[in-house]
Amino acid sequence: MAVVSRGAPAGAGAHPSRRRALTGFLFFAPFLVVFLATIVAPLVYALGLSLFRRRLIGGTTFVGLDNYLRAATDPQFLAGIGRVGLFLVIQVPVMLLLALFVALAIDSRRVWWPKLFRLGVFVPYAVPSVVGALMWGFLYGGQFGLTGQLAEAFGVDPPDLLGSSLMLASLANIVTWQFVGYNMLILYAALRAIPQDLYDAAEVDGAGEFRKVWSVKLPALRPALLLATIFSVIGSFQLFTEPKVMTDLSPAVIGTSYTPNIYAYELAFNGQLVDYAAAISVLLGLVTIVVAYVVQLTTARREHIL
Amino acid sequence: MLTAVLLALLAYFLLPLAWLVINSTKSTTGLFESFGLWFASDFHLFENVRDTLTYDGGIYGRWFLNTVLYAVAGAGGAALLAALGGYGVAKFDFPGRRLLLAGVLGAVMVPVTALAIPTYLLMSSVGLVDTPFAVIIPSMASPFGLYLMWIYAAAAVPDELLEAARIDGAGELRIFWSVAMRLLAPGFVTVLLFQLVHVWNNYFLPLIVLNDPAWFPLTVGLQQWNGQAYQVGGAQAVFTIVITGSLLAIIPLVVVFLVLQRYWQSGLATGGVKQ
Repeated sequence: MAVVSRGAPAGAGAHPSRRRALTGFLFFAPFLVVFLATIVAPLVYALGLSLFRRRLIGGTTFVGLDNYLRAATDPQFLAGIGRVGLFLVIQVPVMLLLALFVALAIDSRRVWWPKLFRLGVFVPYAVPSVVGALMWGFLYGGQFGLTGQLAEAFGVDPPDLLGSSLMLASLANIVTWQFVGYNMLILYAALRAIPQDLYDAAEVDGAGEFRKVWSVKLPALRPALLLATIFSVIGSFQLFTEPKVMTDLSPAVIGTSYTPNIYAYELAFNGQLVDYAAAISVLLGLVTIVVAYVVQLTTARREHIL
Repeated sequence: MLTAVLLALLAYFLLPLAWLVINSTKSTTGLFESFGLWFASDFHLFENVRDTLTYDGGIYGRWFLNTVLYAVAGAGGAALLAALGGYGVAKFDFPGRRLLLAGVLGAVMVPVTALAIPTYLLMSSVGLVDTPFAVIIPSMASPFGLYLMWIYAAAAVPDELLEAARIDGAGELRIFWSVAMRLLAPGFVTVLLFQLVHVWNNYFLPLIVLNDPAWFPLTVGLQQWNGQAYQVGGAQAVFTIVITGSLLAIIPLVVVFLVLQRYWQSGLATGGVKQ
């Protein structure tokens, strides 16, 4: 591409441009070192580990894809994938639609105190997810929980928000609460970047407010929405902190394989099955990448972020 | 009308925080016996703060300092590496550049939590488990930060300015520090803040690579206290400590965001998402 020709202007000779190239690489090198050590090396290590099995007697043996075959038919792993899949299909659209609504509302200039809303909706993102889950856990709880108190005040039985039928919805609420603001901010920033001429042109064509949203704003938001969707997909499959905190409140519901990440954690640290846990981690990463890629294929015709 | 809908939404987003503030002022009895969204008759906030800071031999203060250390070193390192790297990629051509970039962008997709267990095993093989480095070093790699700084540097640093500085005889590192960094500042602050949140709030990685409570960050420590509080057997006094400790853990980040909002918002708008 143009990159090659730009580096060596005709007649400049190889020497200065080669030195320039080395300078550029040296700027990049510190990042590269940390990147290789903390992302590439663990990835390669996990891949290697997942091909072996360690036994107390007989040592470590090469087992090829055995760990993967085992995972592919492991009902606990598959149930976890199904659970986060269901979570993803419901929680991500709700969260992104809310974020989109808030971003469009603030950008429309038809709202009082836009700055207050922007910050207020964003604040939960700055709250550690452990603390977010702790707080909601208190609100959900029966002992001195708000739902319990409200139900009592109205004289009805409180819904069991920590029971097996509502747990996933309760977790989805925590994640939505936490991340609407972050996604809203990404969308809002993209809205601010729309050039004024587009609005002017739309007005000349006689477009009303809704028409402007539909024909100008939404198309301009597509790359940002895609980015937000992909990050949300990745986040859903990685679900760990919220259910882990809820384990203390509702051990029977969450258990040791509620999400794939919890399962991998339990296998590695309480089951001593590090090689199987590595295989689960790798599979989880693969599933995430495939789903994120499918999202990109189905939503984007022109944009390619990755 | 729109304002009314947004007010309802705002109530939803602020309700748990209001609950936290209100209930950190209650004694254990008040916590159990008064209505959750209003104050109890006794005002117990200062006692609660004192109890939080002295419980378990005052370990909360230690966790707080650990978190500050991890956040400052990890996020500062990540932002600096991303700025250097993004600038290098955006403003210089070197062989293999596109391949390296493809690799880094692919890594944006690799779920960091999926790497936590192999990271632990690697850390333990080089003897870094239970040291601050086990948290700081992985926090310094931010592929998304690099992506952001790359786009930002391409848009915000004009080639002509760099050429002019070179003609004036400035060295490359000096040009980076005194010319490019000034223009990169909003992008740098954006990456710094988002990584700061990431590290301050991180739970999975420190949970795995640290066993010694003396090195815990706030998240891991608070979660353990919460677990104790829910376990059977008269540990109810711990609830007030968990609630007050949670409140204290939130305040610094909220303050940082409020103080720096002008910078990170302009950084997002100019560099982050524009294609």
